[in-house]
Amino acid sequence: MQELRNARKKVVRLLQGNEACVEGALVAGARFFAGYPITPSSEIAERFAEKLPRLGGKFIQMEDEIGAMAAVIGASLGGLKAITATSGPGFSLKVENIGFACMAEIPCVVVNVMRGGPSTGLPTSPGQADVMQARWGTHGDHPTIALCPSSVKETFDLTVLSFNLAERFRVPVILLMDEIVGHMREKIELPDPAEIEIVDRKKPSVPPQEYLPYQNDPTDIPPLANFGEGYRFHVTGLSHDERGYPTTDPAVVAALQARLLRKIERYRKEIVRYETVNLRGARVAVFSFGSVARSAKLAIREARDMGIAAGLFRPLTLWPFPEEEIEEISREVEWILVAEMNLGQMVFEVERCSRGRAKIARVNKADGEAITPEEILLRIQEVAG
Amino acid sequence: MNIYEQYLRGPMMPHIWCSGCGNGIVLKALLRAIHRLNVSRDDLCMVSGIGCSSRLPGYVDFNTLHTTHGRALAFATGLKLARPHMTVVVISGDGDALAIGGNHFIHAARRNIDLTLILFNNFIYGMTGGQCSPTTPLERLATTAPYGQIEPPFDVCRLAEAAGATYVARGTAYHASQLDRLIEGGIRSRGFSVIEVLVPCPTIYGRRNRLGDGVAMLKWQKENAVEVRAARKLDPNELEGKVVTGVLFTAQRPEYCQEYERMMARVQGKGERGL
Repeated sequence: MQELRNARKKVVRLLQGNEACVEGALVAGARFFAGYPITPSSEIAERFAEKLPRLGGKFIQMEDEIGAMAAVIGASLGGLKAITATSGPGFSLKVENIGFACMAEIPCVVVNVMRGGPSTGLPTSPGQADVMQARWGTHGDHPTIALCPSSVKETFDLTVLSFNLAERFRVPVILLMDEIVGHMREKIELPDPAEIEIVDRKKPSVPPQEYLPYQNDPTDIPPLANFGEGYRFHVTGLSHDERGYPTTDPAVVAALQARLLRKIERYRKEIVRYETVNLRGARVAVFSFGSVARSAKLAIREARDMGIAAGLFRPLTLWPFPEEEIEEISREVEWILVAEMNLGQMVFEVERCSRGRAKIARVNKADGEAITPEEILLRIQEVAG
Repeated sequence: MNIYEQYLRGPMMPHIWCSGCGNGIVLKALLRAIHRLNVSRDDLCMVSGIGCSSRLPGYVDFNTLHTTHGRALAFATGLKLARPHMTVVVISGDGDALAIGGNHFIHAARRNIDLTLILFNNFIYGMTGGQCSPTTPLERLATTAPYGQIEPPFDVCRLAEAAGATYVARGTAYHASQLDRLIEGGIRSRGFSVIEVLVPCPTIYGRRNRLGDGVAMLKWQKENAVEVRAARKLDPNELEGKVVTGVLFTAQRPEYCQEYERMMARVQGKGERGL
């Protein structure tokens, strides 16, 4: 009887991807959102505006996208898990301070609900043309973690994961949704928050006078103290030493840059996530992500029905790119068919990693319409001859 | 030990400021004000943007955040909202706060968020070598105004007042002891405070405009500053070319973080909580 009472009632909701993102963030512990209105991500800001004050969290609509990214970093330094959400044009403005977060190693989450570009493009239509911007949008060498969900439930899960990775690695994590995933409604069962793994940033264990916020830690991820808790330290976007003090000493600068890349590179296996469907014995592997992968799943099933051995590789982690996995697939399949809602971006990564071992084909579309299962199937049939 | 040393970060010295620059005078006034206010340094945060004056937070032993160009107020807004008990002082120059950061400036004022902005006005982009800024006076020379500035300057204090700041003051590097009081008043005032400080930049601005060395530029401040109470007794034509100093404007208006707390208490008091 007692057990029955303790058992959590199933929480089932009909949610939009954008709404699921907020639910995931709140479960992950997000208590700060700063944003600016932009289609197709505004529902994220709106739901945070409603929910955060009730939970004792902070919501602010800033004067622009740049300021929103800045406020998120300020709040994170103050110790709150912080998030912002936008779409392509807003992301273009945020890249300035995303670079600051990379350099200063401030955990935060940036959602880009991708629409059609370039420029104002197609505000209400889906796109996947910001994947390279997510990787290289901000200037300078820097690592990137970017995740890409295909469903409403996965948006929830990957939002939680975004926070966990941000806190674990002291980096900004980019959640690349697209308009279809953001606006589509699906029934999802919300997991029991008690069963979800939540990661919090590592705090210093040394007394304040010994604290080095940018220490060349053996883990490559130095602990981060919150402002206002007795650890007074300096944070700057300038190249800095272990104390955070600006420096132009080439050896110190080189060590910092190397660590910033290494702290993601060496944990690649822990970060990279993907799904495979029917890849064993496949002649054609479809590579697709986000909403396009939904069409791809149907296409490979129909191809199988027609007797073509087709499978799917769906990265949930776009960055760091699943290099080893693609390398392995390229040894086993004849074709890799990259289907993406842009005019060819991730295909170059696939080409790079397959090094000519597999032939590469594409399905590209960036006119605001979704890539259909038929379009992918047709291309599978063409290459499978 | 003098009061300054306890607040300075020894390993960060020497600072980057040129001889004759007014920034060090403002730093000392700021430290005197903080010393008098007796704020715990763990609770004090200094946030800055980009430029000569924005290097200041690196030199002081508080929680310090040297951000991107123009964005200091936006970073400070997030931090203050996350930790409302902290005292947040923002250091910015005329180009940083009014050109690239102009939008954040007016909106911080509109919100009346409890931040104290110390705006170092040297009328020029010093760090990048002398380009004109939004406060460069008409006809003055700059590398990007080689035939004289043709754009009219902002009046920082009138802009701050119009946008909603609730404590607006102007001081100069010459009037150093007046400056402590202006800064102290700004930090005490609960709301958005702006203290514009005129600082000589002899190396970049002074040299190009033949204004003399640092001492000559300070002397100009001495001779041309008129305290606001004295200024009120003068005709507008007598004030032509003068710099009015002191607390120019104050107002009582709800402060943003307090209003947020109030709203939170209200929404938590009724309706269903949480998810």
